Amino acid sequence: MIETNDLSKQFNNDFWAVDGVTLNIQPGKILALLGQNGAGKTTTVRMLTALLRPTRGWARVAGYDVTQKPQEIRANVGVLTEQHGLYMRMTADEYLEFFGKVYGLDPHARKTRSDYLLQYFGLAEAAQRRCGEYSKGMKQKLALARALMHDPSVLLLDEPTSAMDPESSRLVRDEIARLRSSQRTIIICTHNLGEAEALADSIAIIYRGKILLNGTLDELKRVVLGPVEYEAKFAQNFDAGELELPQGVTLSSRSADSLRFRVDAPQAVNPTLVHTLTSRNAPLVSFQEVPRKLEQVYLKTMADAQGMAYAT
Amino acid sequence: MRPNLSTIWMVAQREFTDQFRDWRIVLPMFVLVTLFPFIADDTTRQAVNFMNRFGGSLILDNLIPFVVLVIGFFPLSFTLVVALESFVGEKERGTIEPLLSSPIEDRHLYLGKLLVGIATPLVFSYASIGIYLMLVSRRSVEFPGAYMLALILLLTFAHAVLMVSSAIVISVQATTIRAANLLASFVVVPVAFLLQGETVLIFWGNEDVLWFAIVGVTLLAILLVRLGISHFRREYLLGREIDTINFRWVGRTFRNRFKGQARSIVEWYRTELPITLRQLRQPLMIVIGLSIIAGIASYLWVIKNVPAYIDLTPERVDQFKTFIADNLTNLDSLGERLPAPVLFYHNARTTVAFLLLGLVSFGTLGLTLFIGNIALVGGVLGAAHLVGYSPLLAFASGILPHGIFELSAIFLATAAMLKVAAQLVTPQPDKSLGETLLLSLADWFRVFVGIVLPFLAIAAVIEIYVTPLLIKFAFPYL
Repeated sequence: MIETNDLSKQFNNDFWAVDGVTLNIQPGKILALLGQNGAGKTTTVRMLTALLRPTRGWARVAGYDVTQKPQEIRANVGVLTEQHGLYMRMTADEYLEFFGKVYGLDPHARKTRSDYLLQYFGLAEAAQRRCGEYSKGMKQKLALARALMHDPSVLLLDEPTSAMDPESSRLVRDEIARLRSSQRTIIICTHNLGEAEALADSIAIIYRGKILLNGTLDELKRVVLGPVEYEAKFAQNFDAGELELPQGVTLSSRSADSLRFRVDAPQAVNPTLVHTLTSRNAPLVSFQEVPRKLEQVYLKTMADAQGMAYAT
Repeated sequence: MRPNLSTIWMVAQREFTDQFRDWRIVLPMFVLVTLFPFIADDTTRQAVNFMNRFGGSLILDNLIPFVVLVIGFFPLSFTLVVALESFVGEKERGTIEPLLSSPIEDRHLYLGKLLVGIATPLVFSYASIGIYLMLVSRRSVEFPGAYMLALILLLTFAHAVLMVSSAIVISVQATTIRAANLLASFVVVPVAFLLQGETVLIFWGNEDVLWFAIVGVTLLAILLVRLGISHFRREYLLGREIDTINFRWVGRTFRNRFKGQARSIVEWYRTELPITLRQLRQPLMIVIGLSIIAGIASYLWVIKNVPAYIDLTPERVDQFKTFIADNLTNLDSLGERLPAPVLFYHNARTTVAFLLLGLVSFGTLGLTLFIGNIALVGGVLGAAHLVGYSPLLAFASGILPHGIFELSAIFLATAAMLKVAAQLVTPQPDKSLGETLLLSLADWFRVFVGIVLPFLAIAAVIEIYVTPLLIKFAFPYL
């Protein structure tokens, strides 16, 4: 579990890299932390791993306070850092063995765990090769294996699938999903919005050290993009004229062969809306929710934060 | 948590593996370590030939220990790169964060790196010395005894610890390898000077004095290790990407600490200065204790040993007395030859010198200079006793009047310097090394401005205008 309250970090006595971050992530949940480069994601993660001392506020990770019990936190957290951080002259086997020792695993556990992770990430055949000879994606997978070596209860992953090919990315995403189902608490810092959308239970957008938005994807969509939109598509041009729409429905746009509605309570109202259209002999082909992506939410939020117009 | 030693060894072992797989480190070291003894051996041969032709047995007898010391130092200087990049190198390569995110304790990490930093140059140093000794054993030259060799090897070890512990402090504080390498001169050059001093001790011909160098260098090295561990912060390694000096913050922090909460000079003297003085209680006790020991030891040493060097016959004693009397007649015009402001400036400069020496040596050199001054006073009183004057009267008339202020000022300045040094090697959880130094210096400056300078000014006036009169009054027969 990760809990923070007003977590803040000031550098050089004048620059607030993180300012008042409050989060609550339960076991078995994944939070995606999104933001521009330099927004404060890495600093937040470093405070959560007790590498940086908060200037203000507090944080509890895996049940321990970051300022009171840094060693315990480090023992219970797996971190995938921004840079892979591999020792280039060590083999993958040696590397995982070393970190297994660092985390206090006994020789049997080290061997079992290392074999499993190398096998899972498809690195078993390259286990005796030096890390310097690995491709970018292999390095990233080995770094992730290191973060998982001690089977931590909390995972802080910075760009877990960057530099990976689609198969490897899928592999990593599956592993993250499996970890969630085994009640791990996970934070992913990523620029890959598709990945965040696919994996995260909740999403936080950070800008200049402050959390602008935090919630489930649906909540963010509703808050940023407004109520859900539904589109009715017609087989040929249809003149709807003055439609009498059910309560809680507004016509948001129209074209010759389609109509778009904003609906406050879709489950209750949509059947009535469809009935209204068909009763007007509309040549209805399809009626579906207009897809809205996290990307739109993110870009609009950023545009608003920077005082710029958001171009759809 | 894993047991301490095995954790330290685990960190060190990985570093060793990493280093010895890098031919760019191993090959140059190997070449230099094997090449240099041959060059040194040939130099020894030529030096021996030269001295056999023209004499110089003292140099000849101690030539091999000297060359062994130099050969030991040589690999230390070029393998220092290992220690210099121990932390900052990992930071630049991006490998430090996974390590810092792990549950390894700070001191284990630090000591593991220190172990590698020390062991690597020592292995190369001792290998180089071994090769040289093998080569030189073929020559017809005075071979150093086992005791002397053991002393040189110990001294080389102390040099290694001193240089590596300084280099690791630099490595933690520097933000780039380039900056760390530039700062390496601040390690190599002072140790090279130290080596020159030790060379003098070797050619002095008394082996035992080398123990002073060994103890001194080891003490300094231990203090540096302590400083390094005290100020090792994971945050410091990750929190800064570039070094910037915020002069405004420096000025503000120093001023705020110096001024405290006081709104006027009177209030500052009444409330703020006493806080600093109370904090000086412990160092002041140490300074007073050491000065009593140094004064008495020096007094007794002069009384016991000087007669063995100078034959104090009654005629000789009379000569001394005449010399002193002649000088005392000139005391009337002391103020013209040595104006009080000049004396004040000299004494103030000495207290600043205590601080500066103390800063570069964690108090040891500043304290040594202070003890030297006190020992001088004890020695002068011992000499007074030897020529038949009352040392008590000499002290009461010649030192005490201005000494009440001057010695108090110097005691306080030295205690304040010791406090600065102690704070540097004491863990300060929420402060960086720079901030600790800044605040300590502000405390020192409080004592310097608030008490030391006024006391030294008063002492200078008394010493020039009152003390001579009291001396003449106490010793009218001179």
